[in-house]
Amino acid sequence: MTTAGAVAGDPRALLPPDAPVRLLDDEGGLHEADAFPLDLKDADLVALYRFMVLARRVDRQAINLQRQGQLGVYASLLGQEAAQVGPAYALGDPDWVFPSYREMGAALVRGIDPAAILHMFRGTWLAGHDPYDANFALLSIPIGTQALHAAGFAMAAKLDGAGLVAMSFFGDGATSEGDTHEALNFAAVFDAPCVFWVQNNQYAISVPLSLQTRAPTIAHKAVGYGMPGYRCDGNDVLATYAVARRAVDRARRGGGPSLVEAVTYRMEAHTTADDPSRYRTETELGEWRAKDPIARYETFLRREGLLDDALSEEVEQEARELVARVRGEIYDAPHGDPLELFEHVYVEPGPHYDEQRRQLRRELDGAGEA
Amino acid sequence: MAELSYRYAVAEGLAREMRRDPAVVVLGEDVAAAGGVWKTTQGLLDEFGPERVWDTPISEQAIVGAAIGAAMTGLRPIAEIMYADFLGVCWDQIANQAAKLRYMTAGQLTVPLVIRTIHGGGVAKGAQHSQSPENWALAVPGLRVACPSTPADVVGLLAGAVRADDPVVVFEHKGLLGSKGEVPDDEHVLELGRAAVRRRGTDLTIVALSATVRLALEAAAELEGQDVSAEVIDLRTLVPLDAGCVLESFKRTSRLLIVEENPRQGGWGAQIAALVAEEAFWYLDAPITRVAGESVPLPAARGLENAVLPSADQVTETALKLART
Repeated sequence: MTTAGAVAGDPRALLPPDAPVRLLDDEGGLHEADAFPLDLKDADLVALYRFMVLARRVDRQAINLQRQGQLGVYASLLGQEAAQVGPAYALGDPDWVFPSYREMGAALVRGIDPAAILHMFRGTWLAGHDPYDANFALLSIPIGTQALHAAGFAMAAKLDGAGLVAMSFFGDGATSEGDTHEALNFAAVFDAPCVFWVQNNQYAISVPLSLQTRAPTIAHKAVGYGMPGYRCDGNDVLATYAVARRAVDRARRGGGPSLVEAVTYRMEAHTTADDPSRYRTETELGEWRAKDPIARYETFLRREGLLDDALSEEVEQEARELVARVRGEIYDAPHGDPLELFEHVYVEPGPHYDEQRRQLRRELDGAGEA
Repeated sequence: MAELSYRYAVAEGLAREMRRDPAVVVLGEDVAAAGGVWKTTQGLLDEFGPERVWDTPISEQAIVGAAIGAAMTGLRPIAEIMYADFLGVCWDQIANQAAKLRYMTAGQLTVPLVIRTIHGGGVAKGAQHSQSPENWALAVPGLRVACPSTPADVVGLLAGAVRADDPVVVFEHKGLLGSKGEVPDDEHVLELGRAAVRRRGTDLTIVALSATVRLALEAAAELEGQDVSAEVIDLRTLVPLDAGCVLESFKRTSRLLIVEENPRQGGWGAQIAALVAEEAFWYLDAPITRVAGESVPLPAARGLENAVLPSADQVTETALKLART
């Protein structure tokens, strides 16, 4: 029997800080924060850079592939590299990610082959990656639905005692969905080891945040669910890592879920099917271009002596090779066997599907003869 | 064999599966301490504890969505949606997520999930708490749909649903909760997709489901007095559909009457009519006939509700006409 009444405690402790957590200043200077300690070794610091650069290069290639007609559509992460790489890097291998459709950066960190992600956007039959390979769920195209799967996954993981954390990625627009609300409430009520990672990139397609919510910030919504709300500079990879790390550790220790808002900006169109010049200004874009997450981090690394031209070129070379391989794989992607159409609707599709397959076989054979 | 009520058979069926498989968990509104608002989860909390019987917030999307996430870990969640009408609240998670995740991941991900819900009219609960929306679920490839009509079938179909690796929506009829029947003491598992012939007959085939099975059987008894021999088929599941059973019976009787509680407009009976028209047209001796709910929202006023829902008398009269065509 559980007790009636809300959990006691000072709700102010759940409030986000007045300003987003920021560890790197505009010039790449590091200002550590006691509440969000960095536990990264030099190799980790370089790895964050490498993932951000690879993500940006693959992203550019994906846009080009779409322009060439190779992909149906693609949702760019340009400008959001730090907002994805930091939190994904804060997870352990057994943890799970429940992504939206814009998560190429997080996918790279989890070890997913970017070609697999692009197969999904290409519509190569069948799905791109196996979710169990890297504990990375299907990219969710519907908005916010994956937050519920993360909550349920985390509830089950808690029952299991496995010490797993589920991290759900979604955007500012998704915070208006009922699914997201129910997921936050569920996770809080069940103390689920879950981190809700919101990339506030300022726009849901064309709708700005001011039309999405009247909450002071997205992170403030956490208080209503009884979980801590964190807010960080989403273009500062050290801040996104450190804040995510705190939320992940808290969840893993049994402290329950957190909501994190990473404040960032979508530098590209919503998807390749969108024209953002209709709803945002060049001035605004310029302001955010100056806050580029990779440039800022590069300045920091060079100042620390962790990055030089040789290493930079090495990463660029790796990116060129990766991009070339991905491009080749997408060019050569098979069209798939139409007869596979009836597989996987059910575990055991049954005679009704066998008959449909036979019928299609006959039609295809007939077309071949005509 | 023990005689159990349909209501108790639900709790018994759930408990049997939970005893058998520790991966089975039950979640929903009021399912734990209260034993379910329909008392269909009575005793589960006591026996299995709060780790496996989860009282949830009033969040149907989350009940189904979290069950999907939990199913991805290898649990076999049984989610209760208090009224089938509320499937509308969580339809995205059912129709766009649970039903499609396996397909969209080429079978890499399966969602072994059971969604139990209460459907049906006849108890004057009004337009938003009385529907029989099994035809909604029927329209979504990827879902399996079961509608038990007896306590034994409740236990057997629940066992079949929990053990199936596909998402299954199980509709329990609120008008049947108090009905009683024998339930086998030993393990009783019904494979989904096997209809039951409830009564043998030679003059016409009556296809029914859930609460309309009783109407069909009452009508068949009445018809016997008028020298009409009706065969009664209880479909048990709409997906998979036991087309073989329906066609075999129909080819013997050459007359088909379908009795369904959902609205005639888009009702599951149309699917059966299409099946027979496509597969056995030349056996027809008379037009395929449907007795269905009227295509209106269900009124709360008892007299009006009765006029909307199919009745045994209506089945008898329609069957008589059909037999004499």
